[in-house]
Amino acid sequence: MTDTRQASRMERRFAALKQENRPALITFITAGDPDYANSLDTLLGLPEAGADVIELGMPFTDPMADGPAIQLANQRALASGQDMLKTLQMVRILREQDQDTPLVLMGYYNPIYRYGVKRFLEEAAEEGVDGLIVVDLPPEHDNELCIPAREAGVHFIRLATPTTDAKRLPGVLNNTSGFLYYVSSTGVTGSAAPTPEKVQQEVEAIRANTDIPIGVGFGIRTPEQAARIGQFADGVVVGSALIDCINKASTPEEGTQGVLSLTRELAAAVRTARK
Amino acid sequence: MSTENTLRQGPDESGFFGRFGGRFVAETLMPLILDLQEEYEKAKHDPEFHAALEVLRKDFVGRETPLYLAERLTEALGGAKIYLKREDLNHTGAHKINNCLGQILLAKRMGKKRIIAETGAGMHGVATATVAARFGLECVIYMGSTDIHRQQPNVQRMKLLGAEVIPVTSGTGTLKDAMNEALRDWVTNVHDTFYIIGTVAGPHPYPALVRDFQAVIGEETRRQIMEKEGRLPDTLVACIGGGSNAMGLFHPFLDDKSVHMIGVEAGGEGLDKRHAASLKGGEPGVLHGNRTFLLQSEDGQIQDAHSISAGLDYPGIGPEHAWLHEIERVEYVSITDQEALEGFKALCKYEGIIPALESSHALAHILKLAPTLPKDHIIVVNLSGRGDKDMTTVTEHLADELAEQ
Repeated sequence: MTDTRQASRMERRFAALKQENRPALITFITAGDPDYANSLDTLLGLPEAGADVIELGMPFTDPMADGPAIQLANQRALASGQDMLKTLQMVRILREQDQDTPLVLMGYYNPIYRYGVKRFLEEAAEEGVDGLIVVDLPPEHDNELCIPAREAGVHFIRLATPTTDAKRLPGVLNNTSGFLYYVSSTGVTGSAAPTPEKVQQEVEAIRANTDIPIGVGFGIRTPEQAARIGQFADGVVVGSALIDCINKASTPEEGTQGVLSLTRELAAAVRTARK
Repeated sequence: MSTENTLRQGPDESGFFGRFGGRFVAETLMPLILDLQEEYEKAKHDPEFHAALEVLRKDFVGRETPLYLAERLTEALGGAKIYLKREDLNHTGAHKINNCLGQILLAKRMGKKRIIAETGAGMHGVATATVAARFGLECVIYMGSTDIHRQQPNVQRMKLLGAEVIPVTSGTGTLKDAMNEALRDWVTNVHDTFYIIGTVAGPHPYPALVRDFQAVIGEETRRQIMEKEGRLPDTLVACIGGGSNAMGLFHPFLDDKSVHMIGVEAGGEGLDKRHAASLKGGEPGVLHGNRTFLLQSEDGQIQDAHSISAGLDYPGIGPEHAWLHEIERVEYVSITDQEALEGFKALCKYEGIIPALESSHALAHILKLAPTLPKDHIIVVNLSGRGDKDMTTVTEHLADELAEQ
């Protein structure tokens, strides 16, 4: 496929990391967790702490694919009054100081549907959102958001899972751009991952079918695990372990410090992954 | 949209009834849902599957259930002639078993070893635990902690039947939260687990599949009323939470233009206060695998439903109902907690039948409707379940009245 358009922020980032021969550190936090101000502080600190790609969760009352840690993050965010407008505002503020770090909004379809797909995409593109991960929109529903997002210049990042067999893979890859998120285990976020060898096998099977970068997530909690997965994956996603820093903190400020400090450790680890 | 000549052929290939329905699930679940759909299509055309189901319906559940002329209630209300479809007489006490039998036979066909389900009032949980015991499969039931408290007898029943009952404390600890947790279990245990969804909601093919298993209610009603009255009923009335008993009664009559249908939602404390009336008080959205009407905020956050009846305490409704509402084939009304109690008392008093609080919503609407209709007008009410499970709730609400007796 010939592509004459300019490379997107996401594509530039993954291309640069390929030059460096290291995986991307992809960090997940929930917008508004534990409150707007502290969540914004955390977000603004992530690029400097070493996050290469930022996933920002759009809170939802019913996060069906999430484990206890991220469920709590959603509840704290909603209790503190987070909504879609505030989430988009956080992106705008981030972009005032950082134009290089790709940002992906992640969540469930209903808040987007209710906000209005057209309005959401216009505003998301305007504020500098680079991609979307929407858990409950499989390829069967590409017309809902995936195709409109592409038209609006926003990547639609699909999840592939251990149950995505050879028959489904082409459909999953079709219309996916930015990167592919390989969910390493069946289960909810925060559950344990299978062995790195098994994950590597799966990732290589997918790689035979696509050129886009493959990020791996679910169950990656420590710098050591990140480095191990980063040996073969183009990106390493850490979510629940970062959220746990907020869960455990005795003050919101301590939570922010915890997230950024773990991010620094993970960032150091992914830089040594292939050395 | 065009309805052609029949309203009974939905959903389309993608699982849509008009704009409602679909398969809004995580990728991990998609292959399973497609497998289930394929297996169900095969089963539908397999005479052995139907034969096995028929035997279980007759000898295990006690079908067919009677279509019973409620003479004293009819007389007391002084209007339309009222028939009750006695789903309360089914084994396990409600219509829920109709669906569970069908799904457990599918689970067996697919070689699944483990059954999970969500439950609100506990009737679906009991029915699921029952069929799991009958077929010797492991069974895990997710139930909101609030519902566990108000439906204790059903919790004990499920345990006696060998099921593990897992309390769900997230959210308000009701049906919606139990369904989230069941979905989380399913996504984790995809390979060996069959999820028996209890109502005509969830991702395609569940809304169609549950409806088809419940349609035995309407099919029997049709035959029975022809025998008794020699003609079709004028009005069908059923309560609606997710909407499976209503869908089961309505579906075989959808193409009979002369038959008016009324779905009764739970109006809780009133539509301006806390309630569970998704059609009357909700907006279209996407939850639990389907697009339908949902109680939700401006920001797309799901709001907590409220009803005196745990079985109707759900912020959504099956997508086929959402569609039937939109094309105005079925009329949807709501009944408050207080009115439902009046329906409950009326059936106890006039017919010697203690109805479930869910079904009491349909009965309460009859109290309003029947007196306005002529004596030759025939109404069939789906008495979807019996009220034994509701004794605690009802005695709390009617403490003063009961003390005076």
